Amino acid sequence: MTKVFLSILQLLLLVFLAPSVSWFIKKMKAASQNRTGPTLLQVYFDLLKLFQKVMVVSKTASWIFHAMPYVLFGVTLVAAAMTPVVRPSSLLGFVGDAILFVYLLALGRFFLALAALDTGTTFGGMGSSREMTLSSLAEPALLLSFFALGYRTHTLSLEGMVSRLALESPVQLLFFASLAFGSLLIVTIAESGRIPVDNPATHLELTMIHEAMILEYSGKYLALIEWGHQIKQLVFLTLVANLFFPWGIGHGLGIAGWGASLMLYLFKVFFLALIIGWIEIHSAKLRLFRVPDLLMIAFVLAILSLLSQLMIGR
Amino acid sequence: MELLFLTQILLYFLGGASAFLFNRREEAANRLTHLSAALAGLVGTFYSLAILSGQKGFSLECGGFPETGPLSFTVDPLSAFFIFVISFLSIATSIFAIGYTREYQGKKRIPLLGFFYNLFLLAMILVVCVQNAFYFLMFWELMSLASYFLVVFEHEKREARRAGMLYLVMTHIGTSFIAAAFWLLFLHSGTFSFDAFHANAATLPPVLKNAIFVCALIGFGTKAGVIPLHIWLPEAHPQAPSHVSALMSGVMIKTAIYGILRFLFGFLGAIPPWWGTTILTVAIVSTLLGILYALMENDLKRLLAFSSIENIGIILLGLGMGMVFKSMGNSLYASFAIAAALFHTLNHAIFKGLLFLASGAILSKTHTRNIEHLGGLIRRMPWTAALFLVGALSISALPPLNGFISEWMTFIALLLGFEGEGVGVRFFSPLLASLLGLAGALAMTCFVKAFGICFLGEPRSPHTAEASEVSGSMKWGMGILAGSCFLFAFAAPWIVGMLGKIPESFMGSVPTGGFVRNASLLSPSGVSQISPLTVGLTLLLVIPFLIVTIRLILGKQSLRVGPSWDCGLPGLTPRMQYTATGYSKPLRRIFSFLYQPTRRVELEDEGHEILRTAERFESKISHVFDDWIYKPAASLISSLSQKAKQIQTGHIQLYLAYIFITLILLLLFGSRL
Repeated sequence: MTKVFLSILQLLLLVFLAPSVSWFIKKMKAASQNRTGPTLLQVYFDLLKLFQKVMVVSKTASWIFHAMPYVLFGVTLVAAAMTPVVRPSSLLGFVGDAILFVYLLALGRFFLALAALDTGTTFGGMGSSREMTLSSLAEPALLLSFFALGYRTHTLSLEGMVSRLALESPVQLLFFASLAFGSLLIVTIAESGRIPVDNPATHLELTMIHEAMILEYSGKYLALIEWGHQIKQLVFLTLVANLFFPWGIGHGLGIAGWGASLMLYLFKVFFLALIIGWIEIHSAKLRLFRVPDLLMIAFVLAILSLLSQLMIGR
Repeated sequence: MELLFLTQILLYFLGGASAFLFNRREEAANRLTHLSAALAGLVGTFYSLAILSGQKGFSLECGGFPETGPLSFTVDPLSAFFIFVISFLSIATSIFAIGYTREYQGKKRIPLLGFFYNLFLLAMILVVCVQNAFYFLMFWELMSLASYFLVVFEHEKREARRAGMLYLVMTHIGTSFIAAAFWLLFLHSGTFSFDAFHANAATLPPVLKNAIFVCALIGFGTKAGVIPLHIWLPEAHPQAPSHVSALMSGVMIKTAIYGILRFLFGFLGAIPPWWGTTILTVAIVSTLLGILYALMENDLKRLLAFSSIENIGIILLGLGMGMVFKSMGNSLYASFAIAAALFHTLNHAIFKGLLFLASGAILSKTHTRNIEHLGGLIRRMPWTAALFLVGALSISALPPLNGFISEWMTFIALLLGFEGEGVGVRFFSPLLASLLGLAGALAMTCFVKAFGICFLGEPRSPHTAEASEVSGSMKWGMGILAGSCFLFAFAAPWIVGMLGKIPESFMGSVPTGGFVRNASLLSPSGVSQISPLTVGLTLLLVIPFLIVTIRLILGKQSLRVGPSWDCGLPGLTPRMQYTATGYSKPLRRIFSFLYQPTRRVELEDEGHEILRTAERFESKISHVFDDWIYKPAASLISSLSQKAKQIQTGHIQLYLAYIFITLILLLLFGSRL
């Protein structure tokens, strides 16, 4: 019972921590541009404000438009519930493996891309087409880096991978997993729609992807989509943190142990957010048709990660 | 059991006969032919399910020519599985057909359609349980011909006749290779009986064995539509009436999977490693190219046909891994991989059948297959839209539907290669798995495009704007299949448990029960597990939970309806929506090395450079295998026949001389023997 309770707690942690990670990156960017940037509470106020606003819905929209925010948020929630956060086990870790995790996120994207086409505007179609194209190319890299880790740990379940990697000696893990780390980091950037793949700060530019798809949304639907997107970003950061820097996870000996694990987790996640933010500050958005090259690099890194383990032994 | 089998066959005969009896009364013929086919399907589903769930199979013998051995049928678990797939899908297509063929009333001979429909189903059932090579080829040919007449049913259209001819040629090339394979087996064992082939499998000399493998692969590969033998498939499947397209894509091409399984695991004894590798190569090429070409299609039924090529590839990936493990002697892994292939065979029949039926529903109301002319159908045909969406989710391998479960099994079958011998297997199998992931993601893009452009937004043509929902029987036909997409996903552990026993019948004893436990599917190497029911329930519960929670917290909120945002320039028209061609443009550019896209823009200006009167834009992609193999082959054949024309002078005396010379040569040759 305590286990279930703890698992629910760590799911709630993911859900409510997510906006502050986005805030952290925003603040970094603002600092680099000599702006003050928003306060931490502002991101939560933004969501709260959106939840209370009156929605405007296009008259072309069908039930797909209304269903999408719930489906997207729902599958993101389920995917988050599969992710080990502070403990090496999770609420829904037993139902499936990394493949299910990838396809759950794909289910959300399927509805997102459909809803974009639902209102019959050009921007929606444009965003939908680009999102599906780029995610098609990101998926093999994501899967193959999971497979490379799965080869190392003899398991594909996210829980199992994290707890087995935590047992390895740090030097060995960093040596073997660094290539897969690079691959997953690129996929994380692509999946959370960040520069150099997509620009989250843009509205009404011909280069936008994610924002173009949700242009017609407002009110609580927009709040759900934005929040879901932030959760997805944090889920990816958490996975990268727990798979490649698993030390200190779940030393659950009393309150102090959990506290230490939690602090360590927060440190790891914000450190990764720092890397993402640093990349965002120091690079320009890639031209749409250069992005496949970046994703190809992720794929090749995953292949090399697998190959190096096959050559040297696991 | 035997009685039920005979009842099923009798019902097909009755259905076929009623077409003649009610030749003049179209509606009666329509109902009788299709209802008896549906009933036959029900009977078939019942007894095949009984055999699959552990009842003993049966054998029947009924005469036959003395030279060929008796005409015998055996329904073992493998045959029962294919009878189940055919029968189950045919229930839905037959019910759908009752409403769908009304479309042809007064225009076409409906009884004729009903007759060939029953004949086609009968031939498929007989193909998968006959036990004699001679009769196998006979029924195989019957199946091909019946489907040919269904393809050219709308023979007043030029494309239908062309597609029919191409289909006829390709299917006969395939059949001749299958006949060659059987002939080689006959040379070795001296009989046509499958049992004798099976008994003599161990003593086959390696050269003969490899020759048979190549012949069987080409022969069955043509029927399955693997690339590069696929060219007939995207032409022929779309031309047939939609419920027949559903059967052709859903089950007819699977009879080739049946053939491959029977040959490779039954008649040929031990499997050399290169066979599995060959199958995997063919499979991954079909998977990737199939979906890449599907993405570029704007003809809804052609798109579905190309996607069938992709799915045959996925099935063959499972089968190929099965052969790799068989040749390594690991029968537990082999049976898991084969179970994955069989489960995908079943699931593909269900969701592709559903999608073809739904495309038929669209076709019957809008009279176009070109998705560029569709749009906004979700308001006009809400049921068809919802059912198509289920099929689209399933074919995109999204949880919790059945397509995801069998694709997951195929992933795991490929990842079992981690435990294989040698770096080659360990490296290439996960690489193939990631390419399968790429194909899955591209399939999702393809079906987002198909559903989004057809059903969402505003109608792009007046015909589409006037469309209305289809009749009850068509809704039921699709509804059965859509329901099965959920049912077969949730019941997957039990179904896979049954399918896991099928390889026993041709691989000898297999440690069973290694991959199903407590409503979960397990990877036999223990790397992973999934519980389809929990996934399904979680997803089905979490969304209503969210809706209710948010409603409770926020209370009732008002909602304003307005026009879509038009960037401040009033007058948003349906023409401004994204088109299907535009949707797939980024991928066309990224994969341009494959598509070799060409485009032509023509401007007419009638002497004035400023006042242009017309503008034409043409964009097309090339299909590599058409250009590399078929076009050179076609030009070679026509140049050869030009040369052969020289001996044809038109003088009757010369022809008589040819006959005379041939006769003498034959006599000389005959006397020497």
